[in-house]
Amino acid sequence: MTTGGTPKVSLQEISKTFQTRKKEKLIALDNITLDIQPGTFVSFLGPSGCGKSTLLRLIAGLETPTSGQVLIDGRTVSGPQGNVGMVFQSYSSFPWLTVRDNVGFGLNVNGSKINPGEKKEFVDRMLTLVGLQDFGNVYPATLSGGMKQRVALARTLALNPSLLLLDEPFGALDAQTRVILQDQLLDIWQSLDATICLVTHDIEEALLLSDLTCVFSGRPGKIKKIVRNPFPKPRDRSIQTQQDFLRNKTEIFELIKEDVYKAMRYKE
Amino acid sequence: MNGADLFKPAQLQARLSRSTYFVSAIATFVIALGIWSLISRSGFINPLFLPSPLAVARAILDSFLNQGYMVDVLTSSYRIMLGFTLSAVLAIPIGLLMGTYKPVEALIEPFNDFIRYMPVVAFVPLCILWAGIGDGQKILVIFIGTYFQLVLMVAVAVSQVPREYLETYLMLAGSRTGHRYVPEGGLWKVILPAAWPTIFDSLRIAAGWAWSYLVVAELVAADIGVGFKIMQAQRFLKTPYVIGGIITIGLLGLLTDYLFKAAAHRLFPWLQER
Repeated sequence: MTTGGTPKVSLQEISKTFQTRKKEKLIALDNITLDIQPGTFVSFLGPSGCGKSTLLRLIAGLETPTSGQVLIDGRTVSGPQGNVGMVFQSYSSFPWLTVRDNVGFGLNVNGSKINPGEKKEFVDRMLTLVGLQDFGNVYPATLSGGMKQRVALARTLALNPSLLLLDEPFGALDAQTRVILQDQLLDIWQSLDATICLVTHDIEEALLLSDLTCVFSGRPGKIKKIVRNPFPKPRDRSIQTQQDFLRNKTEIFELIKEDVYKAMRYKE
Repeated sequence: MNGADLFKPAQLQARLSRSTYFVSAIATFVIALGIWSLISRSGFINPLFLPSPLAVARAILDSFLNQGYMVDVLTSSYRIMLGFTLSAVLAIPIGLLMGTYKPVEALIEPFNDFIRYMPVVAFVPLCILWAGIGDGQKILVIFIGTYFQLVLMVAVAVSQVPREYLETYLMLAGSRTGHRYVPEGGLWKVILPAAWPTIFDSLRIAAGWAWSYLVVAELVAADIGVGFKIMQAQRFLKTPYVIGGIITIGLLGLLTDYLFKAAAHRLFPWLQER
């Protein structure tokens, strides 16, 4: 990368080792170094067990690296912080709160002093942003999987994070819903100036959404290759039929094929 | 619904209308009563051992009208409420901490299990020694009988709250949380609401045990209460009154259960909307 300013996220020689029950050492991430510039959409792509989710959790401050350090805006990450938002794959919305209360939840707990009128207006805006304006007063149990993920996204966006971490947010959804949510996410990102890190195992998803696709190798997790998106922002789904897109897709598949086979043989 | 459809795959875990549910529940009671009445009418069993339903109904009525049974019922209910509330008030916060923080679990759970396996009935003589034969002894027996079970059930309910909820909270509360342990806000705003329905179910189940232990305590030593009335009737071989006492407890238990269910319905509207 060529820019001179402080990167939004700087991963410096990150390694993460877990201890298994049998006291064996399991190297999840091995010496990862990467700078992510502000406003960039980055995908971590790889087979299951390659450590891509662990890397996201390290950036979130939910875990600490065994060695190396994670910097956000030039400062070392030591725990979850206010300007970073995260959406998980499952259990993402709180079932005991209505959609409206879910979306406003962060505004209550992050210590911001916001008056009720302002809050209501703001929550309404977020609900409209993700297309849930008619579902404010229902509980998540009545919603489809895709709608629940939109609730979680709206709740996270409500805090206006400058860094958004998405841990396979569409992984559990059906193919059609996933397509729609990908398009929505792309639109939302292009209208904001947030930096996004997305964990996914879907090659097309990574190539459509992200500026940079980091292809991970299987255990121990390493970045095998970084693929730049040849289509500049703003882009949309129409790029999926372009020659460059298809070539990248084939290339990445060849890169991870071997690791996928390996992952199938030794399931964690 | 036709009988053959009852066990079709579509009926697995399916909902039932309120009226069908009510009629089914009543039907079982009626059938049980019918079988009982048939057996006692057949004359195979001496009424001393199994009186007729009518004789038992008469005994219950007589107890209420002429023997001050209401005072016994109210005294027993009061003991249950006090003993059970005491046990719940302690078990919920301690269980919450046990299920959330491993160090608390390590400190409390093994010792709790050690006591949990001791038979409650064996504590009855000790409780008499410690607390006499008044309300204190009954409350103590109920407490010993329910607290050690309840605290474990609460801890299990709490430990099964998906980690994602807590991590979502940590991310949303952001820098305010500071450290990597559960911030106190997460305990009240996420873990408790997520575990509440299961905790509430545990309370309902434990309330049933509380009734059994109360009667055990009252049977051994008491001068008032439903258990005392059962013991007294047994001494004079007044079987209808013994069975009447047992049925009274069954009905009180049913009422307790209903109250818990009705409360859960109001407390957890989000569980109804499936």
